[in-house]
Amino acid sequence: MTESTTWAGTDVAALQRQADRRHRWGRFGLYAGAILFAFLAAFPFSWALISMFKESNDLYVKENNPFWFNESPTLEHLRLLFLETNYLTFIRNTVLVGLAVTAITLAVSLPAAYALARLRLRWGERMGIAIFLVYLIPPTLLFIPMTRVITSLGLQESLLSLILVYPTITIPISSWLLMGFFKGIPMDIEEQAMVDGHSRMGAIARVVLPLMFPGIIAVVVFAFTLASHEFIYALAFNKSSAVKTIATGVPTELVRGDVFFWQSLQGAVIMIAVPIALLFNAFLDRFISGFTMGAVKG
Amino acid sequence: MTSTTRQPRYLGDNPRFLAGLFMSPAVIYIIALVGFPFVLAIIYAFTDISTGNPDLEFVGLATFRRVLADPVFRDSLWNTFLFAVVANVLVVILATALAEILIRDFKGKWLVRFLVLLPWVAPVSLATITWLWTLDSIFSPIDWLLRQAGLITENMYWLGRPGTAMTSVIAVQAWRIVPLAAVIVLAGLIAIPKDITDAVAVDGAGFWRRMFQVTIPLLAPIIAVAVLFGVILTISDMSVVYVLTRGGPTNSTQVLSTWAFIKGIEGGALAQGAAVALFLLPVLIGITAVVLRLARRREVL
Repeated sequence: MTESTTWAGTDVAALQRQADRRHRWGRFGLYAGAILFAFLAAFPFSWALISMFKESNDLYVKENNPFWFNESPTLEHLRLLFLETNYLTFIRNTVLVGLAVTAITLAVSLPAAYALARLRLRWGERMGIAIFLVYLIPPTLLFIPMTRVITSLGLQESLLSLILVYPTITIPISSWLLMGFFKGIPMDIEEQAMVDGHSRMGAIARVVLPLMFPGIIAVVVFAFTLASHEFIYALAFNKSSAVKTIATGVPTELVRGDVFFWQSLQGAVIMIAVPIALLFNAFLDRFISGFTMGAVKG
Repeated sequence: MTSTTRQPRYLGDNPRFLAGLFMSPAVIYIIALVGFPFVLAIIYAFTDISTGNPDLEFVGLATFRRVLADPVFRDSLWNTFLFAVVANVLVVILATALAEILIRDFKGKWLVRFLVLLPWVAPVSLATITWLWTLDSIFSPIDWLLRQAGLITENMYWLGRPGTAMTSVIAVQAWRIVPLAAVIVLAGLIAIPKDITDAVAVDGAGFWRRMFQVTIPLLAPIIAVAVLFGVILTISDMSVVYVLTRGGPTNSTQVLSTWAFIKGIEGGALAQGAAVALFLLPVLIGITAVVLRLARRREVL
């Protein structure tokens, strides 16, 4: 982002600033818009944040002001969430699936991306398009036969089912993404290493892969995002509580019959959503530049 | 080997061997776990396979006929279309506006960005749970505000009546896609050379003229990309509908993905579930055509 501001000549930027000052209404509109968007985006989360600390006697009274603690806040529902539900199991499962999917995705996508970026394949271009087409066959189209495949492999009711199937989503996109990163590394670096006596494989392992670190991080983020978001496969394959991820565990397990444990439920959402959003916010600029780079070079 | 100009010292130095070696795991993985199930999905739709009767017995178009005869299916097809179109119209307008805000500097931008990202980065089913509670039939805080303002005396029952339930599903879909679309549009905005917009500003064009005659035309391709992602997300994702209404009340918010799940997994009618899901295919092929055209145009740029 800093690039685009220094891109323009300085007096143009000064003129722009002057114009901005003149347009007080523009600033007003900007703040009004920003506040409105923030409010709309965060409204249900703020209600969740308040609810998770509320006593039931306070929460379940229709006339009480929902945005105010009419009785003093309590941590009871968080205690219930962590100690008397499988919440921690869901988190652990999600992390395990994320790790395994990351490993498989990297093992398969790094070589594929390298081949697409470097080896000047005649069908390389078409391969890139084919990868995109795979993305267009969503889980919604595949989950019924996939459930049969998983059952016949004996993988239902286990995390292995998700670990096997999620790479079908991560591999195509990661290959495409990593291809962009490989193209960003000058060929000279690799050739120099080969002149220095490394084989091509040696050059890749010692010189190219360390430079791929940002791309590898992107794949990690993607795999963990999928493991925590994916719903339809996780719901179709695994029905027992011990092998659910947060995406399916929280909505199905924190409800007993018709009784919703609303405060604990909202707590479960906040404890996950806030850290992830902080993380994404910190890296947003880098994601955007990564996205534009992929678009330019892909 | 002799055909290559430079004799490779190692087998791994032969580009053609290496290409085959490097590509095959990805190709095999995708063929085995995307290609094969995809073919199976098509085969299923022409049988009457169910969890009770797992034999592949071909019945021609009988399964399709049964699926089509069901009024719930026709509602699902219409809802899928309606939800995708309305939600994504909202997404385009809101995301473009949000990107225009986020590209500017202002106090508290960090906080605004954090809050605005929440609906997208939180796992969808969990984000939807906050709405399930916000739209609660008795304790909805929206209802409380409306009651305080004297606009209603009873509750709204947002998810209990067809009209408000459909509105809620569409709004929540749009709500969670806007951040992603805004980030995509933001990336496009950053890529527009600033001297173009500055030059137009210096020439005296106001905000709205700049917006509609310069920025939006330049952004059109990237807005299209955002729409494609948005459409794919809305038509292929079932978690919002499943968590919020399970397709109810009385199937009024049923979409193809939830209906396929309810039929195929919860009801065990695998063939019918597969047939319902297959109706997404023409839509996806249409999207594919647009993607390919865009991809080609991008190469020209």
